[in-house]
Amino acid sequence: MKLTEDQITRYSRHILLKEVGGKGQQKLLKGRVLIIGAGGLGAPIALYLAAAGVGTIGIADADEVDISNLQRQVIHFTPDVGKPKVLSAKEKMLAINPELNVITYQTWVTADNIAEMIKDYDFVIDGTDNFAAKFLINDACVLGGKPYSHGGILQFDGQTMTITPGESACYRCIFPEPPPKDAIPSCSQAGVIGVLPGVLGTLQATEAIKYLLGKGDLLSSRLLTYSALRMRFREIPVKKNPKCPICGENPTITELKDELDAMTVCDLGH
Amino acid sequence: MNLTVNGKAASIAEENPVSVVQLLELLQVAQREYVTVELNGDILDRGDFEGATVKDGDTVEFLYFMGGGSL
Repeated sequence: MKLTEDQITRYSRHILLKEVGGKGQQKLLKGRVLIIGAGGLGAPIALYLAAAGVGTIGIADADEVDISNLQRQVIHFTPDVGKPKVLSAKEKMLAINPELNVITYQTWVTADNIAEMIKDYDFVIDGTDNFAAKFLINDACVLGGKPYSHGGILQFDGQTMTITPGESACYRCIFPEPPPKDAIPSCSQAGVIGVLPGVLGTLQATEAIKYLLGKGDLLSSRLLTYSALRMRFREIPVKKNPKCPICGENPTITELKDELDAMTVCDLGH
Repeated sequence: MNLTVNGKAASIAEENPVSVVQLLELLQVAQREYVTVELNGDILDRGDFEGATVKDGDTVEFLYFMGGGSL
């Protein structure tokens, strides 16, 4: 695959970088990234990966655009209210970059569909808003050997970490079990400052791009936390946990199951 | 004793080592039932919170669930 004249112009600022170049841009164009969640985190992730020329981007979300989303979910516009989020997102991604292959999944991820969904992608990004999905994505990616980026936000704080199964610590190395349902408030209950997912989602998209390029150091075995109020980033080294229930020495989780206790009504699509 | 807590110097009135359960109380840590504790770089089992001791000079991190992103 050779870059066309149009592509050389479109991606010229990438191609100028010695870490990218024409070869790196071709890797991005051949790259396949799945974004789970087309909301706050998913919005900047989808926009930047589309602009960067990641050739195949999957985007999964069962929800429809609500007017309360627009304060932070910058991929959705006022006329999109009521439209499925994945379709609204796809339109903007293709408007930025018509040569992409955008695959939409208008569904929640479940233990029944996630393994099949992630199978053909190089990298997965968690942009979900609930623990049932976060643990399921971790488990599916660890069992499937699929690298992925975890991201979470709440109020003015965010956290992210990249998981490379078999090598790095995973989400369950830090948090073995989901918190009980409703123990930790969600953004819809506790609020979130609109710019926050822009910061975290852009970091997650950066990890996907670096992974596809094979350049730099991934955010693996390091939990990065961000406080917007204090304007402070912190990096907490995290070791692979030998007692981890899924990637430890004696795993107790060997197949995918839904964390029903961590689900909230909205996760079930009601 | 002096500790490093979430990257910052902190001191508690106790001079003798304390259990992680006691430390959570002394520091009035939020979400005590769910917080993950990393002591000197190792993630502790919740079941070890009673038995694990924190002594002068130790480094402690409290790691919190953050679940938002989409809705």
